[in-house]
Amino acid sequence: MTRSNIITHPLSRRQVLKGGVALGVGSAAAMGLSPAWSNPWGHTNAYAKGVEEGPEVSLAIRRESLPINGKEARPISINHTSPGPMIRLKEGQDAVLRVTNLLDEPTSIHWHGLILPPGMDGVPGVSFAGIAPGETFTYRFPVRQNGTYWYHSHSGVQEQLGHAGPLIIDAAEREPFRYDREHVLLLTDWTFEDPMSVFRNLKTMEGYYNFQERTIADLFADMRQNGLADTVEMRSMWAKMRMSSRDIADVTGSTYTYLINGHSPEENWNALFKPGEHVRLRVINGSAMSYFDVRIPGLKMTVVAADGQPVQPVPVDEFRIGVAETYDVLVSPEDDQAYTIFAESMDRSGYARATLAPRLGMQAEIPERRQIADRGMEAMSVHMDGMDHSNMQGMDHSNMQDMDHSNMQGMDHSDMDGMAGEQRKTRENGMLAAGEAQPGSRYGQAGIGIAPDERRVLVYRDLKAFTPWPDRREPGRELELHLTGNMERYMWSFDGKKFSEVTGPIHFEKDERLRLILINDTMMEHPIHLHGMWMELENGQGELIPRKHTLNVKPGERVSALITADAEGSWAFHCHLLYHMDAGMFRVVRVS
Amino acid sequence: MPTKHYLTSVSAVLIMAAANTIYADDGYDAPASWPAPTQEHLMGMGLFDRLEYSVPDQGQDAIVWDFQGWYGGDVNRVYLKSEGENVQGDGEDAEFESLEFLYSRLIADFWELQGGMGYQGGVFSDDHAERTYGVVGLQGVMPYGIETDVAIQVSDDGDVAASFEGEYDVRLTQQLYLQPRTEIAVAASEVEAFGVGEGLNSVRAGLRLGYEVTRRFAPYVGAYWKKEYGDTADFSRASGDSSEDTGMVAGVKLMF
Repeated sequence: MTRSNIITHPLSRRQVLKGGVALGVGSAAAMGLSPAWSNPWGHTNAYAKGVEEGPEVSLAIRRESLPINGKEARPISINHTSPGPMIRLKEGQDAVLRVTNLLDEPTSIHWHGLILPPGMDGVPGVSFAGIAPGETFTYRFPVRQNGTYWYHSHSGVQEQLGHAGPLIIDAAEREPFRYDREHVLLLTDWTFEDPMSVFRNLKTMEGYYNFQERTIADLFADMRQNGLADTVEMRSMWAKMRMSSRDIADVTGSTYTYLINGHSPEENWNALFKPGEHVRLRVINGSAMSYFDVRIPGLKMTVVAADGQPVQPVPVDEFRIGVAETYDVLVSPEDDQAYTIFAESMDRSGYARATLAPRLGMQAEIPERRQIADRGMEAMSVHMDGMDHSNMQGMDHSNMQDMDHSNMQGMDHSDMDGMAGEQRKTRENGMLAAGEAQPGSRYGQAGIGIAPDERRVLVYRDLKAFTPWPDRREPGRELELHLTGNMERYMWSFDGKKFSEVTGPIHFEKDERLRLILINDTMMEHPIHLHGMWMELENGQGELIPRKHTLNVKPGERVSALITADAEGSWAFHCHLLYHMDAGMFRVVRVS
Repeated sequence: MPTKHYLTSVSAVLIMAAANTIYADDGYDAPASWPAPTQEHLMGMGLFDRLEYSVPDQGQDAIVWDFQGWYGGDVNRVYLKSEGENVQGDGEDAEFESLEFLYSRLIADFWELQGGMGYQGGVFSDDHAERTYGVVGLQGVMPYGIETDVAIQVSDDGDVAASFEGEYDVRLTQQLYLQPRTEIAVAASEVEAFGVGEGLNSVRAGLRLGYEVTRRFAPYVGAYWKKEYGDTADFSRASGDSSEDTGMVAGVKLMF
């Protein structure tokens, strides 16, 4: 392999022309076949797991013994690495991706976030039959977008075994930001347990992985801090609902080892930079169940893309990344020092860590983890708005009016969309104008466990496109879906029906413009993913609303997205928490 | 024993009935040969909520079990439940206070309606009086997280009885828990062979302190108090047992 990456990489070429040859350029090709850790340049410029350059790529799926965090593990590998290699395509190419199944069970690859023909989407039972053992399936599609995406199995719970990898598409034209070097940071959650036994544990015992439940000590601490009356009122409300306010993550650091590019916090994967460079970090949450809060103490991050799509720059200190989301951030480390890339799981039960450093083998201080937060009233705001009380069994709503909201952690009422006094543009038919935020949305909040004002944290309201998306039509209709579940039984569904219980697909009329409204009736976050079409998130930015493939819907929240139903065929639509999807939070969208 | 054959066949039918209701079509036009995009999973578990050695103040030591296991889907399940004891040193075999095969259906978020057949009597031998009964019950979690099991039993002789069990876990630390529990038994008619009087039969209250070594294995120690009432108490006294007693227990909670 002598072929250099420089020729096919427009940004690298620009750097070469400018004379600013970065030390990592050109290393990607060398990394293709040899393990990254044997290559002195292996940690720079690109992804540690090797690169497969498009447009023609062959991938072999195996189950094999590979060490994870220094321990023997049997992940699913793609071309002998787990997570899989980075696939690098270029906008305008016709991609040919040959996937050979060397497992003893069917498999598949879904190209997450890509707009492509329905037969190439890679969902067994919706797009195709799946890839049988021993077979090769050839995916062919035109690449008509650019940015940071990823790919993963859509068969059973294979994704939990590391069957995932980054998918980067270089832009045909100049992107609206500049950088000297880039790194991919793929966040995953690995367990040494069998994924099916994880699922069984979730199904048979509520809170199986939660070792941060409230105890008597928390009760006394609350009484000291908030007084007896408030504490009793709050605790009795949760107790009546038979739910845990500490139910932030179903599967936690008690079984997960959180990885960055396949490496544990102890292994400390290094990403190199030269002081003064602008570094683009392509952050992908490829985990099965874990939301992360990502920060780099000492560095401001500028968010420049969300879910692969460019957004107007937002400088932040931290961002929350839901499962399956991607964010591109730029950092400009000036000093000759190491910086910790810290990705704390949302429930604070663990973290992933890597180091951004000028030289290999350096490390910086690891920040202390925050304490797990208790969910409060914000999880019930849908119900407070008087929308749907029917699912809230055993809850006495009269109690809620006279509760003292001032002590609710992580809740900033000034940000509360849908509270009295806000004016929204409406149309003659009573529908909100395109781009307006729904009452009940909380786009101004980062979510549970993030203290307002501690540091600048990205919120959905910050996301703003550069130019309006092509379809400027107002929505012709609204489609409402409730996100529902039964935590006790670990049943998850849309509108109270698991996939096995629904009688037909959700129908989109071909080429219609519609508004999808998602109402989260549960007490957990759900990253909702629509295949085949963009969702333009109506975060109140009017014409400049961002478009995403995966929307995080917070507990009790009501959000909406505009969709242009231009992709004829059947598409998957589901919660991207792997075990929620497997438990039934899945629907088929039929565009015809 | 014919009773046990009968119970086995009933449970087999119930398993098939539960399995048949699992699948439904989504109705989009995927070829029939394609797999479903998500699979329904049938699964099961077993739990010895109590498996303990009991040392009463007045009565004889006993090994006591309280087991339940289920198999099925989210809504339809079959249950096997059993409570019983083996009194030490009485020369008699272990005794099922109850051995029940139940069909269970989720009827509300936290509640399962259950119905089936039960057996009371000796485990291996004919040391103990036997009877079979039909049972209908409601198992679930009450507000405030109280695990509840209420059931009505109708014996093969038409005797009607009811029971209530409730327990609650107070988390002291992430591993250490305190578990108060109570059992109340009532009967509509007297059945002397089983020491059952009419009306309120007995009340039992216990407190256990357990330590979850893992989620599946928790040794515990505890104490209990029980009192029998009315004719039930008289039957006990007549056979030389006490109608009110306290005791200590040590055991394990096991889940698999």
